Amino acid sequence: MELGTGLFALLGIGALFFLTTQTTGSDDFNVDDTFEVTARFENVGSLKPRAPVSMSGVTIGRVTDIRFDSQSLEAVVTFVIDSRYDEIPDDSDASILTAGLLGSQYVGLTAGGSPLSLEDGSEILFTQSAIVLENIIGKFLIGGTSGDETESEE
Amino acid sequence: MFRDIWMTFERFLHSFGGMCLFLLRMLQFTPGVVLRRFRLVVYQVYNAGALSLVVIMISGLFVGAVLALLAHSSLEQFNAEDTTGIFAGLGLVKGIGPVLTALLFAGRAGTALTSEIGLMKATDQLSAMEMMAVDPVRYVAVPRFLGGVVAMPLLSAIFTAVGLLGAHLVAVEQYGVDVGAYWQQMQNVMDWEDVSEGITKSVVFGVVASLVAVWEGYNSTPTAEGVGRATTRTVVVTSIAVLFFNYMITAMYI
Repeated sequence: MELGTGLFALLGIGALFFLTTQTTGSDDFNVDDTFEVTARFENVGSLKPRAPVSMSGVTIGRVTDIRFDSQSLEAVVTFVIDSRYDEIPDDSDASILTAGLLGSQYVGLTAGGSPLSLEDGSEILFTQSAIVLENIIGKFLIGGTSGDETESEE
Repeated sequence: MFRDIWMTFERFLHSFGGMCLFLLRMLQFTPGVVLRRFRLVVYQVYNAGALSLVVIMISGLFVGAVLALLAHSSLEQFNAEDTTGIFAGLGLVKGIGPVLTALLFAGRAGTALTSEIGLMKATDQLSAMEMMAVDPVRYVAVPRFLGGVVAMPLLSAIFTAVGLLGAHLVAVEQYGVDVGAYWQQMQNVMDWEDVSEGITKSVVFGVVASLVAVWEGYNSTPTAEGVGRATTRTVVVTSIAVLFFNYMITAMYI
């Protein structure tokens, strides 16, 4: 009886462990040592907090906060980047991209050429907003380029 | 006719109220039993859990396999076979795993508990205990209840894990979905929230299934027919209650 109970409890706890660690992928970025960077976007689309920040396809950070700035009428996205990557040029540009055709959105960084690096509290000046599918379809229907550019580069 | 409906409702209220009071009475004895009669609880974990392992694991394997078959055959139309893992994972962890485990548990362990306690009552063993100033709730009902409550989440986790393996076998080994894609897609979509929903469900179902089984046995008419009817009622009541709570908890997590 002890043997059976022990086996059962062991299997059960093992299965619980398996479920919590192997099926969830939320903790693929949990680095303690990070620095915070902000960026202003005209439109963040459906970007959510905890969305990944990636550079060259590698996740280097995570979005922590998305706010609306009523002064400049822009969205302010705050994200943290692993401090190992402290040599990212400060004129790099941030764009909101979509993983796959209908996947979730993430922030992609593209390296610039400045000798200075991003550090805690710095702001990314060059941003590209999310591509909103409806706007593209709208433009396509109206035909050609209408006056209102939605993906403006600042 | 209205009289009949009212009578049925009144009977329902009677047994529901009795069950709630019974739960309170058992909870009151729980610390004492855990501290002093721990071996009784362990024996019931063995009875309800370890002996249900085989049926749980085989069912889990096939349920996972069927889930993967169905998901794969419909996702194939969109060339999205790689997301089979998401379907199998979310389906098993959040819904099918805990619910089917609870239903199997009611059939395998719940009926055993009910008929055991019912037969004890029919053969006057419970009265004999009372005569000796031994409270049968404390020594018969509480260990069985606690055994079920402990066993159910573990069984549910095993069912889900084996189900994921079954889905893996069908999707990866049979249909050639990439192993990395299967697990990676699942991990991308699921987070701790989903797993905790499954665990919450299995704990609640464990309490419900064990309470119903013990209460029906304890409350059965002490005849052969009465025990039979109580056993049937255990399965019916547990199934309805589990599916109802499943809806409530799912709605809560959305």
